[in-house]
Amino acid sequence: MSHKVSLTVNGTAHTREVEARLLLSDFLRHDLGLTGTHVGCEHGVCGACTILLDGVPVRSCLMFAAQINGKSITTVEGLSADGKLSPLQEAFRDAHGLQCGYCTPGILTTMTAFLAETPKPSEGDIREALSGNLCRCTGYQNIVDAVKLAAERMSAKP
Amino acid sequence: MSTRSFGQPIKRNEDARLLQGKALFVDDVELPRLLHAAFVRSPHAHARIRGIDTSAAKKRAGVVAVYTAADLGDYWKPGPLLLPPPPIEGVVFNERTQVPLVKDKVRHAGEPVVLVIAEDRYIAEDAAGDVVVDYEALPAVVDLEKARDAKTGFVHDDLKTNVAAHVRQTKGDYAKAVAGAACVIKRRFLYDRGTSLPIETRGVVAQWDGKADRLTVWDTTQAPVFIRNGLAAMLNLSERQVRVIAPFIGGGFGPKIMMFYPEEVLLPWAAMKLDRPIKWIEDRFEHFFATTHERGQLHDAEIALSKDGRIIGVKDVFLHDTGAYDPYGLTVPINSQCTLLGPYIVPNYDSTFTALFTNKPIVTPYRGAGRQHGVFVMERLLDIAARELKMDRAEIRRINFIPPDAFPYDNQIIYQDFAPLVYDSGNYQPILDKALKAIGYKQFLEEQPALRAAGKHQGIGLVCYVEGTGIGPYEGAKVQVQGSGKVSLATGIGTQGQGHYTSFAQIVADQVGVAVTDVDVVTGDTDQFYWGAGTFASRGAVVAGNAVNDAAKVVRQKILRTAAEHFECAEEDLALSNGAVSVVGVPGKTVKLGVLADEANPMRGAVKPGTEPGLEATSYFGPEMGATAAGIHAMIVEVDPETCTLEIKKYVVVHDCGTVINPLILAGQIHGGVAQGVGNAFYEQLVFDDRGQLLNASLADYLIPTALDVPRMTLDHTVTPSPLNPLGIKGAGEAGAIPVGPLFAQAIEDALGLPGQGVELNEIPLSPSRLWELAGALAKIDTSATRVR
Repeated sequence: MSHKVSLTVNGTAHTREVEARLLLSDFLRHDLGLTGTHVGCEHGVCGACTILLDGVPVRSCLMFAAQINGKSITTVEGLSADGKLSPLQEAFRDAHGLQCGYCTPGILTTMTAFLAETPKPSEGDIREALSGNLCRCTGYQNIVDAVKLAAERMSAKP
Repeated sequence: MSTRSFGQPIKRNEDARLLQGKALFVDDVELPRLLHAAFVRSPHAHARIRGIDTSAAKKRAGVVAVYTAADLGDYWKPGPLLLPPPPIEGVVFNERTQVPLVKDKVRHAGEPVVLVIAEDRYIAEDAAGDVVVDYEALPAVVDLEKARDAKTGFVHDDLKTNVAAHVRQTKGDYAKAVAGAACVIKRRFLYDRGTSLPIETRGVVAQWDGKADRLTVWDTTQAPVFIRNGLAAMLNLSERQVRVIAPFIGGGFGPKIMMFYPEEVLLPWAAMKLDRPIKWIEDRFEHFFATTHERGQLHDAEIALSKDGRIIGVKDVFLHDTGAYDPYGLTVPINSQCTLLGPYIVPNYDSTFTALFTNKPIVTPYRGAGRQHGVFVMERLLDIAARELKMDRAEIRRINFIPPDAFPYDNQIIYQDFAPLVYDSGNYQPILDKALKAIGYKQFLEEQPALRAAGKHQGIGLVCYVEGTGIGPYEGAKVQVQGSGKVSLATGIGTQGQGHYTSFAQIVADQVGVAVTDVDVVTGDTDQFYWGAGTFASRGAVVAGNAVNDAAKVVRQKILRTAAEHFECAEEDLALSNGAVSVVGVPGKTVKLGVLADEANPMRGAVKPGTEPGLEATSYFGPEMGATAAGIHAMIVEVDPETCTLEIKKYVVVHDCGTVINPLILAGQIHGGVAQGVGNAFYEQLVFDDRGQLLNASLADYLIPTALDVPRMTLDHTVTPSPLNPLGIKGAGEAGAIPVGPLFAQAIEDALGLPGQGVELNEIPLSPSRLWELAGALAKIDTSATRVR
């Protein structure tokens, strides 16, 4: 059985027929071609597939596409505009906060929402907020530093 | 002159694409008429197949093909042996390699039995569920000692034994030397490792283009060139007809270089047969079974010392779990055997291992590749010896170091690369001095009694290791100046996050005088670079890096020659910088590299005989043997004796990997390695039951460290260049991961004062619950202060 869904992704409106069991992660990646959202475990642990659903980080592998009618989604492709990196993305580059880059999209979306709520986080706050996203390359230290750097830069700006 | 970028913390060229979700990973490949594959995998670890019924699956709408071993015909063959055993006298090696689909007998849970291909992955998985396989379950070979002693029920029946290999290597005469020892320590050690668990699982996309008569395969492999060559041979194609692309890879860590995985053999074959492209992406549950592991070794080891703590010799007899097949030869146990010797003078060494087949997934190298096991045994033996001899843990290490004037140092045994285990260069004492200072060793030992009295169970650990890196055979690189003035660089190795797009670009940028961002690096595409071995054994920077350097130097010479003709001047009067060549001291006499590239590739006119077009060069580099890096990790840890959880107060790594190309990337490599080491030491364990079932095959049950578990690390370096390559580089990829197990054991023992209670931590991994079990004596620890706090 299929369902009609209308949604906005990174500011663009889409209307599609989707099968009831189609995962949101597969819908974004394969139906809409937004392959920046990565799939790492499909059981909600690794966090690579995290997207912002109406501004809130959620695991797109734990939702069905049919559940998102009328919602607004931001994926990693929506974090930068016209090839200009967001302050968070820029800080990841400056602090070497990524290696293979596979977990990075989910970490960027999670941390984007986190910094919006917690503009001046401590290292402990960052580590706590990051603890739902697994990274196998970096040992997290440079990710923590990148988030800290982004927070400093963002709060320094008026 | 341009500012030198070599040695600088240059930001990575590849990041902008990765950060915006624009980098291509295998699962991002979309093609017209793409089909999707799913596998029926055995639920049993050891079983005979009595029959397979695929009729219901074939009838399901959207299913295109269902294949069993019988359908493969002559294409069904056991995989190749990647590496034959090294030339060690008396070596026993029983080669049994994995098969594409099980024909008669399943040898590990998750082994593929049936391949289903359908219009989408959902349908393919539905159809896989329709397949009925009739299994006769057999008792599984799981335990190493039972595997060794078994008289029936072998993993490979025809062998009539579970022994996969038996190797003895000796140096000096341990049996004789031990007679003169003042102190002999004998212990049993168990060192288990887990799965590499890259966040991207494996995947393959295969496309046969009948009109172009070519096969293209996107593969999450660390060794695209060998995959190309192997596929061409298997499919009766010329190598030129096969293109293998390893695009961005989401972490490798070793297991993405196992040739061949069944899926890599089957997808191209099916794509040709069906004349449609096919994709298979491993799911996380499959990954726990279908991707290779590293696992356990059981060591019975002894060390003999003089009364002043000098090592007289080491004897080690160990069992190694190789899993159901042994396609990777002896690399892992040989690494254990060799790396045990560490940075120490061990005059007499007698090491024997027996590799055993078990009904568990295949064991191949995972970051460290057996080195961990050896380092654990040696470092624990030294810890125990220090206690027996009432010596300081750092001091017993220091006095046994190979001195700096003893290099090259011949350990008189054979290493995994078939070359004698000779350390090229090293200087260990400065590493120790820096580590002791950075961790505050003396100060901590002075403060420890007061901390204990205050109910704080804090301990310190310090471990040493060497890492054989940068082994042959060779890698190559092609550097080319383009008409745009940008420089392209292609190399045959794959990249999985190591920053090759940047570190290699730095080498080129310095030679040809362009910005690092103007060097466009391609790795892992066999159409871009034909030759190469792959990314393993911390060899990318060492072997490919030196090839890049050489090719860039030749291009530099070609640029100067072309510019000298352009200006009709001597080459010595020219300078390269900012993407242009200038005549020194003559303002305005400047030509851009792109112009010279065009001049070197004229459309008309005669050229001199022997002229090569373009500003291009290809070079290869093959070291005579591996370069040996070294390091020390030190840690202060606090253990909660009630919950056995840890808080790492301080973690220090001092490391020597020769000349450093990019300290930012190097630090990242160390950080990531330590995180995997922490996982191995205290969180990660593959738990098998006595039927060979993996009980924790999910990320909810197999715990890899999170941001809350990996400590902040303080890094420092010493630099002892390698004499084996012009850049003086040694590898660094595995250094972070290697010594963490013995470090945890030592520091936790110290924190809880376990040795005083007769408890030693001689196994890894530990965990809060395992620590509680092992240290049953914990009940005796005074926790009253903790309770009050």
